[in-house]
Amino acid sequence: MELLAEVTGSLGSIGYGLAAIGPGIGIGIIFGQGVQAIARQPEAYGVIRQNMILGFALAEALALIGFVVPFVFGM
Amino acid sequence: MAAEHLIADGVPQGCHLFPSGCGFPAPGAGIFDFTPLWKFQVFGIDFGIGKPIILLLIACAALVIFFVAAFRNAKVVPGRLQSVGEYGYLFVRDGIARDTMGKAGDAFVPLLFALFFLVWVVNFLGIVPFAQFAPTSRFAIPVAFAAIVYLLWVPVGMIKQGPGKFMKMMTMPPDVPKLMYVLLIPIEFVSNFLVRPFTHSVRLFANMFAGHLLIVSFSVAAWYLWSPNIIGIAGSIASLLVAIVLVLFEILIQALQAYVFALLTAVYINDALHAH
Repeated sequence: MELLAEVTGSLGSIGYGLAAIGPGIGIGIIFGQGVQAIARQPEAYGVIRQNMILGFALAEALALIGFVVPFVFGM
Repeated sequence: MAAEHLIADGVPQGCHLFPSGCGFPAPGAGIFDFTPLWKFQVFGIDFGIGKPIILLLIACAALVIFFVAAFRNAKVVPGRLQSVGEYGYLFVRDGIARDTMGKAGDAFVPLLFALFFLVWVVNFLGIVPFAQFAPTSRFAIPVAFAAIVYLLWVPVGMIKQGPGKFMKMMTMPPDVPKLMYVLLIPIEFVSNFLVRPFTHSVRLFANMFAGHLLIVSFSVAAWYLWSPNIIGIAGSIASLLVAIVLVLFEILIQALQAYVFALLTAVYINDALHAH
């Protein structure tokens, strides 16, 4: 098969860049909406903060997997 | 302990721009490997006691000593040390256990308390001078913590709700068209029973791993760039400042990850306790 394009070097860093897009958007939404919720209802701060951190942790996991995979499989 | 046990195997040594002119020694995964102090074999499997395990044991000992000292002579009107201990206990009980599980969570407060403070102290070792390595940045240790949690909440759910009802709750979300279950049951099973323990451990591991790697990268850059010209000195000082800021940032991340680890433990146990 004829090669039309080829990528050499650290593919893991490209993968990490791709993996960071989704969680980046997600974490932005989570904290944006969280801050908005706190501004609207400051008395619910405790519950909102807890759920904010929980959502942040769940979204962040995807970016972190993208970060770890190159180290696990690449080296 | 000799230097070879204290300093990771992958740390670049003896290579500097100024005398030798070799390239920038970017730190890789090797900075997490330590020469074991003591090696032994069990059933043909290699084991080694190195710096991570020793730091883990030191963290355990420090925690036991602190909380025994805080609560040994517990008084109705707490003294200084007891106040700190009680504040930590109440934070875990009210902020983590009761907020997620309600009153039923009180039975699991000892586990959450131990996990939260152990993870926090172990993480904190990452910025303690001379230790400067968080044992949680070795994957095996978060895996062990997550395995304890996994092996707790699955049996708890099986016992509290019965195996069939528990599996139904974990794999079949209610109010979904019947045909969708063909798709949903495998997805829910994989995400709840396979991905959950994996992400639970990877989250802690990757945060500590990334933090340590960042601090080491900028520290190495500060050392490497130091050379007798203005660009080198400016770059070196800038790298050092970034490393210091990253250490301060790490303090925040370490506490946050310990909190997240304990909070997710509470959420998983809550799933096992209450049908929804």
